[in-house]
Amino acid sequence: MTARSAVALWAPGLSVAAGLLLLIGVALGALLSIESGSTAVAPLMGLIRDDYVWAVLRFALVQASLSALLSVGLAIPAARALSRRPDLPGRWVIVRLMGLPMVIPVIVGTFGIIAVYGRGGWVNDGLAALGLPFRIDLYGLQGILIAHVFFNLPFATRILLQGWAGIPAESWRLAEQLGLRGVPLFRQVEWPMLRQVLPGLAGLVFLICFTSFAIVLMVGGGPPNATLEVAIYQALRFDFDLVRVSALSLLQVAVCLAVVLALAAISRPMPVDLGLDRPICRHDGGALHSRVIDALAIGFALLILIPPLLALGIDAAGGPWARTLSDPGLWAAVGRSVSVALASGALALALGLGIILTSRAVKIRLRRRGLAEALESMGIVAFVLPPLVLGAGLFVLLRGVADVFAIGLGLVVVVNALMGLPFVIRIVGPAADRALATQGRLADSLGMAGLSRFRLVDWPVLRRPIGLGLALATALSIGDFSVIALFGTQDTQTLPMLLYRLMGAYRLDQAAIVGLVLITLCLTFFLVIERGVGGRRRD
Amino acid sequence: MNPNKTRPWRAGGLAATGLALALAPAPALAQDRPVLTVYTYDSFTADWGPGPQIEPAFEAVCGCDLAFVALGDGVALLSRLRLEGDATRADVVLGLDTNLTAEAAATGLFAPHGLDVAAVADNLPIDWDDPLFVPFDWSSFAIVYDTTEIAQAPTSLRAFIEDSDIPLVIQDPRTSTPGLGLMLWVKSVYGDQAATAWERLRPRIVATTRGWSEAYGMFRAGEVPAVLSYSTSPPYHVLVEEDDTVAAMAFEEGHYLQVEVAGMVSGTDRPDLAGRFLAFLMEPPVQSVIPTTNWMYPVVSPADGLPAAFDFALTPERALLFDPETVAANRAAWVDEWLQAMSR
Repeated sequence: MTARSAVALWAPGLSVAAGLLLLIGVALGALLSIESGSTAVAPLMGLIRDDYVWAVLRFALVQASLSALLSVGLAIPAARALSRRPDLPGRWVIVRLMGLPMVIPVIVGTFGIIAVYGRGGWVNDGLAALGLPFRIDLYGLQGILIAHVFFNLPFATRILLQGWAGIPAESWRLAEQLGLRGVPLFRQVEWPMLRQVLPGLAGLVFLICFTSFAIVLMVGGGPPNATLEVAIYQALRFDFDLVRVSALSLLQVAVCLAVVLALAAISRPMPVDLGLDRPICRHDGGALHSRVIDALAIGFALLILIPPLLALGIDAAGGPWARTLSDPGLWAAVGRSVSVALASGALALALGLGIILTSRAVKIRLRRRGLAEALESMGIVAFVLPPLVLGAGLFVLLRGVADVFAIGLGLVVVVNALMGLPFVIRIVGPAADRALATQGRLADSLGMAGLSRFRLVDWPVLRRPIGLGLALATALSIGDFSVIALFGTQDTQTLPMLLYRLMGAYRLDQAAIVGLVLITLCLTFFLVIERGVGGRRRD
Repeated sequence: MNPNKTRPWRAGGLAATGLALALAPAPALAQDRPVLTVYTYDSFTADWGPGPQIEPAFEAVCGCDLAFVALGDGVALLSRLRLEGDATRADVVLGLDTNLTAEAAATGLFAPHGLDVAAVADNLPIDWDDPLFVPFDWSSFAIVYDTTEIAQAPTSLRAFIEDSDIPLVIQDPRTSTPGLGLMLWVKSVYGDQAATAWERLRPRIVATTRGWSEAYGMFRAGEVPAVLSYSTSPPYHVLVEEDDTVAAMAFEEGHYLQVEVAGMVSGTDRPDLAGRFLAFLMEPPVQSVIPTTNWMYPVVSPADGLPAAFDFALTPERALLFDPETVAANRAAWVDEWLQAMSR
């Protein structure tokens, strides 16, 4: 390898990773600097003897593992069924709706869950109407699992659909010629793809559930059912114990990194067939039993996905629409949310591509998988650091050198981009690996490099994952409320801020409408970005 | 409505403009009037909040420009102030409550107000001698319930905890001011027996939410017939929604108070204006708009009385409130005790 190509290989990923680590380190350091002369080491030792922290950590590990297992486990049959039923009526809408739960504000989604599964929810009303003697109790571990499956199962299904779409048509044709059906077909063609995609996906869902906060308190059934995030929030907001905040944050980062790296160790790269990226033609699934299985899998996913969204729509339907929509403040908030979201989505994509371009080359050209996984996990560290902590750190860091009021929204863009980064990495990463593995040698032999290589070789394969990744990172930012609360003022009101503000002022009917506006906006972004960037082809 | 908003393909250009506007520094203020910067919580400056009415009223008498900076809630205000330290831009901080004043005072960032609050605040149910903070409104925590679900409400906290079977949602004292208020309320009624009381109440607590909004949302969605809120919550539903099915339970032991206060930042370069504003908070232009904008009681009795919807059976001698120093000294231990009781 020439020096120049080595720079081209390492520069994007290392600069992004180093930048992220620096940002996190400096932000935490700035927080600690307020409490002069102390480090996080002693309190970190203190945490080890803190029974409360251990109890919370144990519960968070259990619920996050179960949530990830259920969400991803149930997503496999759903994605498989959707992938082999390209002509299913309404499939296009179903797939787009599946992007929603992950990106809507959790408080909105959780109210949808409660309307369906709560004490006075549809399910219990139905049981009562049928004269049945039993009721379901949402509140407890089961409530956390139901909510987390609602938020994560559709998301996991979408990611896995991308995985299925990435299986080369030649593999299917070969399997067809060999007469593979059922279990052998799954093991030979589909399982290798899953082994590549599942660990990263399960890891991401685990992190989302492990750091879940408002949901866990709302439907968790009691104070012991908490997460470290609750303890961090408490330490930051009420106790203003910045040393404890830093120690707890480091503990959270350490646990999450350990889980992500452990999962990465069991992932396997997908064996490469030279694919010509032709449309998939699989011929299994015609038998009655596969039709039944697919119908059940898709039906179950829809049963999880649709009712809470429907409940939110119904809840908003009777509200004061004219009054809410005629408020110029609402549209100013929409404009602001959209601006922030587009900027942070683009930033997340740029950072993600930087990491991916290097990590895939390290993985495939240098055959150093461990190193590549470590690099990718750097893109995830910022995600597990609570946004409020990251935001507070950046605030302290910048207060002396810049007008924090003026750059408030800029900080929100940066923090939101870091929150969207893992999604970009997990969505685009596997496809990028495959693109290099299948096309790399040919492109090398043709002497292609730089932008033209990206445009001609990578773009056709990556545009769909990039479209999904960008749409998700952007929509996530629209629904985000975590840091805007710290930097926002009345001049920087975003849509989620407006929603909370209405809720906090008893105006729940208007808040429900704003929630629906927000959901519509997220859906629009999925439609426009996925179509615009990803192209018109089927997913 | 801007027609562009309905055309998503215009979003890119629109977004770029929006971002440029949002990131631009605040425009230079008209004229050369001095600016008084007041940090407050978010809902104070909402269109329907007191802020938009107070601003012109004060500007008419002060010859200054009153600039509100809205930041989350009361706790976020204090966090922000601590993060900013001496470099804060605030002249006045408005919207801390009595649970936070000890910690706020300990930052050393506040200056004495020099006002004779006790002489003015005749509608405040407690004696006020805090030299740093000026009260501008108050309410008391209350169990708010749906009268279509609960016909006969308990008349004491003890009866509610020990003899009733009403399910409710509360807020977590680790993350929420009302949640902390209920914990202190139970502590002030039960003392050493507080843990036992929590153990009795625990099976009926459907959820312990992060903040007030989640809990109140669950209550209004019909998920629970009762919620921890304020004695001034029902008037909102009566006056704005013409809904009289929401009521607050009146407990004979008394109700725990929440008094909202404002204070002058010691580093302000406009101490005269800041002092004038603190005094103004207790004058009629502010006090008269508080009940129906902030949904709290004014600290000064209004000349024409309060709207009838504000009637509540709380007499001043039964107002409960630990002094701020006691709260600051014991909060961590009491939250631990609460957590233990709720975990058994």
